[in-house]
This record gives sequence, structure tokens and C-alpha cells, in this order.
Amino acid sequence: MNAIETTGLSKRYKNKTAVDNLTFAVEKGTLFALLGVNGAGKTTTIKMLSCLTPPSAGDALVAGCSILGDPQGVKAKINVSPQETAVAPNLTVKENLVFIAGIYGSAPAEAKKKAAEMMAAFGLAKETENKAKTLSGGTQRRLSIAMALISRPEILFLDEPTLGLDVLARRELWKAIEKLKGEVTVILTTHYMEEAEALSDTIGIMSEGRLKAVGTAAQLMKLTRTSSFEDAFIALAGEAEAEV
Amino acid sequence: MRMRAFALRTWKEILRDPLNIAFGLGFPLVLLLLMSTIQANIPIALFEIGRLAPGVMVFGLSFLSLFSGMLIAKDRTSSFLTRLFASPLTSRDFIAGYTLPLLPMAVMQGAVCLAFSLIWGFPLNAKMLLLLAVNIPASVLFIGIGLLAGSVLTDKQVGAVCGALLTNISAWLSGIWFDLNLIGGAFKKIAYALPFVHAFEAAKAAAAGNLDIILPHLVWVGAYALAVFAMAVFAFQKKMRG
Repeated sequence: MNAIETTGLSKRYKNKTAVDNLTFAVEKGTLFALLGVNGAGKTTTIKMLSCLTPPSAGDALVAGCSILGDPQGVKAKINVSPQETAVAPNLTVKENLVFIAGIYGSAPAEAKKKAAEMMAAFGLAKETENKAKTLSGGTQRRLSIAMALISRPEILFLDEPTLGLDVLARRELWKAIEKLKGEVTVILTTHYMEEAEALSDTIGIMSEGRLKAVGTAAQLMKLTRTSSFEDAFIALAGEAEAEV
Repeated sequence: MRMRAFALRTWKEILRDPLNIAFGLGFPLVLLLLMSTIQANIPIALFEIGRLAPGVMVFGLSFLSLFSGMLIAKDRTSSFLTRLFASPLTSRDFIAGYTLPLLPMAVMQGAVCLAFSLIWGFPLNAKMLLLLAVNIPASVLFIGIGLLAGSVLTDKQVGAVCGALLTNISAWLSGIWFDLNLIGGAFKKIAYALPFVHAFEAAKAAAAGNLDIILPHLVWVGAYALAVFAMAVFAFQKKMRG
């Protein structure tokens, strides 16, 4: 069963096509990584799938709801962790979590219960009463992802979740993301090849707004006859369209 | 439920910023103290408390624009608003959630100003309640200006526009700090075409109990408040649509 199905999804601005006729599917409960150089169309694709910007053409079914016909239905079933850490700086860790649970419809008591669960799951229990602005970059990022999961989304969009983190914080976050597999469908964008290789079930490589290839890391290496995933990415990012 | 959660967050974010408290409450009180001290040492009636207190109350509202504008602009520039735009919050939830917490803050700010004005002889009577009520349309106007600025400008630009430009415009063109008849001409005409002097005149009339003078001035303020708020809602919804 597919969590996401896009059909001819496109986004055009005045003089530029940011995303061009994107058609792909993501299986439920898997982690799908979207890779590409800057300006490849990854973030625009995520913005369209999470109803942050309307497509110029095409449509997508996200958790069974059309992004054109039922954006509120989509929004109720997804959550997003944006590229930059997106937390309310003057709210405590607990208040940030309760706030997000509240805007997804949880009653105050239920929101507090969910917040406690998230703090335990993401190692934030010691930071409960600390304001978000006082946390380290890595802890803020963990909080940001916990905020994205507190609504128990069917689909989670992670836009460059480890950007700017040190290697320890990055590995810690990888563990948290890996635990989601099977329960939540995760769409991840990243510039780190090793991150995509380590975490993803399927990888889509975008270039100039088009999806150049989709497959596992091993399949993409085989397709390009390369010995490392980074070489496979470099070969595909500038190559003609390919299917595995 | 959703709007309530969002409004509660707005309330906490604003009240927990020490700069907001300093500008929102501290600065108007310092103005009251300074102007009253000046008045005590000059032979003419320039800053009598009956005129000064409603003036400081109206001028203090300009900081609401700064609070709301800065919060929205920071939410936008930090990607926090991206997260919220992807949630089931509707545009109505956003507008109400950003606006409603600021109205009680405006009333609180006015009440604190009035309480301190008692020290310099402002009469303790029911006209105080009328004065607080008359300031509500002006509060909506200044909150709307903040919402509009926060929707289209960065947080630095909001600081310049709402923190410097707006406070200066509302100070110079409101007649709070000097009689506009002293300059007259085009300056006075421009001032009376804008809402700030009308907000001050309505507040001054409420403090003096001149009920028949209040309404014409409030119509000016209300019309501006509606127009600015409509523009703010349009600009915010445009941002929401990406």
C-alpha cells in the first residue's frame, strides 16, 4: 500500500520550472530519501506534498487525500520538521510539545500525556522545563522532530534534519529516525550521501526539477556501475532519466 | 481548541520577552514620570495629567504593533510558521491566535498607566473604564499594523518600521506631545487625515467625560482599524497560500 502517489506533479514560477512532471510512489512505513543538488526541486516537492504551496499542474494523494481536493485532510495526517529548527524559543520543551499537540486537536490533558511520551522517547526528559532557546543545536533539532511526531502523523517530512549538527548529534538523530521505520512513512531530504544510504529504504535522485532515478542505494550503484553511492549520485544527478 | 492553543502560545511568547515588558509597560511609565516632572516645574499647562494620561495610553499602544509584528516576522524567518502552515490551523485560527492575546495586553497596559496616573492626581472614577473601552478600536488598529508588517517584512524591518517609524509618526502626528495648532497648515491636515490624533482626541474626551465628542473620532479610528486589518488578513492569507 502506498502512502504517497504523485501524478505529473509540477511547479512553475515565472521564468523557471522548479519541479517538472514528477510521478512516483512511496510505500507505507518506509523511509524515502529525496536527494539532489541545491535547486534540484527537493524542498519545493516537499512543500507541495505538505500543502504549503499549490502545484502548477498534477496532483498527489498523500495518506489517501488529494493535496488539491482535500488539503485539510492531508494536513491532519502529516507533520513537518522544516529545514531550520522550528521551535517556539520562549516556550519550554514541554510547552512546545503540548502546543503542537493542541493545534492538532488534542485536549490539554491528552496533550500533556503525549508530551511526556515524546520527551521520554527523544531523551528530552531532563530538559522539560528549559526554554527551547537555551538548548543546544542538537537538542533543539531533537525537539523539532519530537514536535513533528507528537501528532502521530501517518507521514513525516524531514527537510535536512541533520544540517549543521556535529557528528555525535547526527548519529543520535539517525537512531531516532531509524526507530520510526515501519510505523511512520518518512520523506527525508538531505545533502549527506551517507545519511541517505544508512537510513533509506528507497532513494529518489532529483536534478533540475526532474526525478532522475528511484531505487535502493545498491540498485542505484548497480545502475550507474559505480562502487560508491556518492559516485552513483554524481553520475545520476547530471545524467538522463533512468528507472530501476 | 486549536485557536486556543495558538493564542496561549502567542500570550506566553510575548510576555516572556523582557524587552516587550520594558517597552510595553516600562517606557510609558517613564514617560508619565518625566512629563509629570516637567509639568511640575513649568508655569504653563503643557502636560497636565488629564491630557497626559490618555496620551501616554494611546502612544503606548504603538508598542503592540512592534510586539505582534516582531513575533509574526520571527515565526516566518525561523521556519516556525512553515511548521504551523503545514498543520490543520486555518487562517481564522492564525489571525485570532495572533490578535486576541494582544487585546487584554492593551487593556492591561492602559490600566497600569491609569493606576500610575493616580499618583499625579488623575481622578479615580468610572471615566477610567470608559477610557479603557474607547482605546479598544485604537488597540485593534495598532495590532493590525503589526500583523500587516509581520506578514510582509523581516523581523529587522519590523523593528525599524514599527519600532522607530511608527512610534515617531504616532508621536508627531497625534497631538499628544504638542498642540497641532502650533504648526497648523498641511501638517495639521495630514495629522487629521490619519487615525492617531483621532485616537488621542477620543481618549482625551473619554477622560474628560465629553461623550458627544468621542464618537466622531472613534469612527475615524474604527475605519482605519478595519482597513488596516483587512489588508493584514489579505497579506497573511497570501503568505499562507505560498
